[in-house]
Amino acid sequence: MTTTTTGGASVVHETPPRPPGRRRDEHGWRNRLSRWDFKYMPYVLVSPFFLLFTVFGLFPLIYNGVVSLRHWRLDNPAADGWAGLENYKRLFSDTAFWNALINTFGIFVVATIPQLLIALLLAGLLNRKLRAMTFFRMGVLVPYITPIAASTLIFGTLFANNYGIANQLLTAIGLDPVNWRAERWSSWVAISIMVDWRWIGYMTLIYLAAMQAISRDIYEAAAIDGAGPQRQFWSLTVPLIRPTLIFTSVIATIGMMQLFTEPLLFDSNTTSASGGSAHQFQTVALLIYQTGWKNLNLGYAASMSWLMFVIIVALAGLNAFLTSRLGRGK
Amino acid sequence: MSKLAEKTHVDTPPQTHRRRRLFRAPNDTPAGALTYVALIITIALAVFPLYWMLVIGSSSDRELAQIPPNIVPGNQLGTNFDYVFNTDGVYFIRSMLNSLVVSSIVMVSVVFFCSLAGFAFAKLRFRGRNALMVVVILTLTVPNQLGAVALYILVTKLGWQGELPSVIVPGLVTAFGVFYMRQFIVDAVPDELIEAARIDGASTLRTYGSVILPTIRPAVGVLALLSFTATWNDFQWPLIVLGGSEHPTVQVALSALAAGQFTVYSRVLAGALLATLPLLVVFFLAGKQIVGGIMEGAVKQ
Repeated sequence: MTTTTTGGASVVHETPPRPPGRRRDEHGWRNRLSRWDFKYMPYVLVSPFFLLFTVFGLFPLIYNGVVSLRHWRLDNPAADGWAGLENYKRLFSDTAFWNALINTFGIFVVATIPQLLIALLLAGLLNRKLRAMTFFRMGVLVPYITPIAASTLIFGTLFANNYGIANQLLTAIGLDPVNWRAERWSSWVAISIMVDWRWIGYMTLIYLAAMQAISRDIYEAAAIDGAGPQRQFWSLTVPLIRPTLIFTSVIATIGMMQLFTEPLLFDSNTTSASGGSAHQFQTVALLIYQTGWKNLNLGYAASMSWLMFVIIVALAGLNAFLTSRLGRGK
Repeated sequence: MSKLAEKTHVDTPPQTHRRRRLFRAPNDTPAGALTYVALIITIALAVFPLYWMLVIGSSSDRELAQIPPNIVPGNQLGTNFDYVFNTDGVYFIRSMLNSLVVSSIVMVSVVFFCSLAGFAFAKLRFRGRNALMVVVILTLTVPNQLGAVALYILVTKLGWQGELPSVIVPGLVTAFGVFYMRQFIVDAVPDELIEAARIDGASTLRTYGSVILPTIRPAVGVLALLSFTATWNDFQWPLIVLGGSEHPTVQVALSALAAGQFTVYSRVLAGALLATLPLLVVFFLAGKQIVGGIMEGAVKQ
């Protein structure tokens, strides 16, 4: 049997008739096996992903909606039953949730804008004919492969009150030391620095890859117009990698909405999940963890997750829409 | 990509050579001294926290309380490691073995299943292929952390709470892996090769083994490294499902170490050093491939 593929559709050529006998039977069997292989094997190959995603990805997301409509406490399984919209009613008047939402968005803004801007500039620097190119590219990626738990604990010592490097540097240049964990603004800045330290290198490489995919002819045309390197970068390179800018801002948005490890381990009590003495850096992901596994109220935690899911989907859509509109306006 | 650029540059006829100097693209322009200075400062900032981890992890806490502080590694590394290994309820040595086992299983499984699925999406024709691929891409953007409550209930029902299967099984095939392998196979394997194998009567699996596997070795390496690293570093889900159990992964054990010792930085950071070291070794050996993999993946988005 032979098969050829033409323009997306596949044609199975029947083998010419064979003389009767054992040979033919064997051939028919093989033929059928082969046809089965051709027709159904692709589904077998892709099925592990879909099976696993259905069970451990899709089902939990949907089932979360069911849990959010029930009373579900880890310490009291007997207190089970439908809660209706009770969890959601409580959620809308829960100041802890709105506080966590403000913190999440606040840290998102403080961290993401400098992160993407610095990554863009760094990619511009790396997008040159460089000696030791591999060294520089690997160097910027070191934070990305460092475990978040480890790096957060390191930054915890850098931002320590008395002996932390950050405060010693501030004192050295004549400024007052900062109690980094105590204030809303200072804890947001400290957490943003941790987040940016981790992600700038990764984003830089994404931008760099996009910049290197730009055709050289475009730069030649710009050179005729007399654009210098600065103008070349801002009015040629940056607009040309717009799809990548949109992509990175979407993944940064989704990532920041789930910020968890940094605010958990930056706290001086690394198990409380309260995000500081007055919840000044408690993010939504942290509040969900605290509600579900510290206060043992899974039903309520599920309703928070669902609301957050809706917010993230809306935000990712809005983000993509706005970025593409802004880009087109240029 | 830059190799290709070098080639076209060499191929340019001599008379246009003078013009090219005026019309250089940024990546043909040699970097100036300022660029190098800025890049070296960047690398220093990227590496400094890791160096600081070594300094603190190898000092005694008394040395840390000096002003000005120690800025070179001390000689207490062994003492601090001893403490990390022997703290009750942390299970640090076991946790490192657990992480090694979990990350290795996930790595092998992801590479195997994702390359098979990627092959199907890239080179086989079947009804619903495009729609299914769209589903794969959509799941890339779903923050699955938000299903954690229900996933926890499910895993508890399965009897895996506090056991390693809870952090292994959900990660055995990833959307990213399928997507990454598909993108690679589409470009790397010519359709003619597949057709030739078909004409020879090779089955789908045979084609995978004899045509696909030998061609995708670089992508397999990159996906293996990225999966291993991601699994080793994973924190939130392992903390939820393994926290407080006797079978933590190394990041969970590290957080347990920090929980008891939040003022004894040197011991905590000695633990952080142990939790980071295996990945630094991997990165030292194969960082170039990881960089290449991330950049290739980015262009194809």
